[in-house]
Amino acid sequence: MAIMALITCGPLAACKDPVETRREPVDDAKERGLAAIKRAGCGSCHEIPGLDWPAGRLGPSLKGFDDVGLIAGALPNRPDVLAAFIRNAPSAKPGSTMPRMPVTEGEAEDIAAYLYGLDHD
Amino acid sequence: MLDPAGPYSQQVTVLAWALFGLGFFVTAIVVAALWIAIKGPAGWKAKLGGERAVWIGGVAFPGVVLTALLIWGLTLTANLTEPIRGDEMRIRVTGEMWWFRVQYLDQSGAVVMEDANEIHIPVDQPVVLELESADVIHSFWVPHLSGKKDMIPGRRTLLRIEADRAGEFGGVCAEYCGGQHALMGFVAIAHEESDYRRWRAARIDRLALVGDDEPAQEEQQLAKTERSGMASTTSSARASIEDAGLVSGRDLFMESGCAACHRIAGTEANGLAGPDLTHVGSRRTLGAGILPNHRGTLIGWIGDSQSIKPGNRMPSYDMLSAEELEAIATWLEQQK
Repeated sequence: MAIMALITCGPLAACKDPVETRREPVDDAKERGLAAIKRAGCGSCHEIPGLDWPAGRLGPSLKGFDDVGLIAGALPNRPDVLAAFIRNAPSAKPGSTMPRMPVTEGEAEDIAAYLYGLDHD
Repeated sequence: MLDPAGPYSQQVTVLAWALFGLGFFVTAIVVAALWIAIKGPAGWKAKLGGERAVWIGGVAFPGVVLTALLIWGLTLTANLTEPIRGDEMRIRVTGEMWWFRVQYLDQSGAVVMEDANEIHIPVDQPVVLELESADVIHSFWVPHLSGKKDMIPGRRTLLRIEADRAGEFGGVCAEYCGGQHALMGFVAIAHEESDYRRWRAARIDRLALVGDDEPAQEEQQLAKTERSGMASTTSSARASIEDAGLVSGRDLFMESGCAACHRIAGTEANGLAGPDLTHVGSRRTLGAGILPNHRGTLIGWIGDSQSIKPGNRMPSYDMLSAEELEAIATWLEQQK
């Protein structure tokens, strides 16, 4: 019986991160994050779930960003690193097409919260 | 419209509230009559179905109310149709698919400054807009400042706007004009009188400085020298302002085809098909009132405007590299 349970649950469990590493941002930070995304015009270059328009394709799509590996394919995936990257990408990753964005530190943290809180699937 | 910021929209707002109120009142009467017809006492039902009720409720009441409303409404909004004096400040606004060309005129009707998707006006002063269209019928509407007015190809319509307080007021095209009609907007910015004069003087000064319509030979020479990698020996004021990044952004703009459609006063870029970019760096919005204006959105727009506003006349410049896009955007940001 125990073996059966292991066989059926094992593959399912492997699909998700261990619970404690998932970041579950608080809801109002996510809301503020989406508002900041709209205000800053992030959609000019990125497709962002929850933002109907614009859905630019010059930069990478941010769909499923909650499960992304390295930030911009190069940086450690931590909220503080993501927030710093959003504010000043060229300094975080030299050569990045993404320029500095006119958002405050607080807004960058909220945007990071929003991106980590995207569709868990 | 419900938050008027000037004498013209003020009257429209009063009329709108009166219509809302009257509409509510009439609806209440109809609902009451309906209730009587279905559930009311037999005596009331008979009266409601009588000839007298039809004459009063069906003919006399609407006749009197609508006639009074027409007379009152026309009197109330008389200031919208007052004749134009002729000495008002004039701005020509041309609707194009899908943006607004803005030209500031002097008293003789000559174009003094050109801009796009942004209209600067002083407060407490009527401004006459000459509305035109380059393609299909558009409609010009700043709800805070006035009513709507169609922009008709081959015809010039006049609309007066006035703001009684400083502020930024959003405007839109209010007549369906094609696929991106919904993304055709602009901003009207009302300045206090002194601020307005300062703003205008700064623009005129800049145009004089760059030598409007006369690409400075020295400047072109400088750009060429910088491009070939040689140190410039010209002690032009511009050399100290422009670092290498700005110069290459300028060169890329001229060489990548941007200059064929866009004009930047004082440079060899004199295309007239697209928005004038002489002051693009000072604009509030990008893409006709739809995006915030900064380096990030500039890069996104130049590189891939077709994803943002599909079908607009500007192709996506995704054949440019990240560095090139950034250089152009950085240079455009300086064009205040």
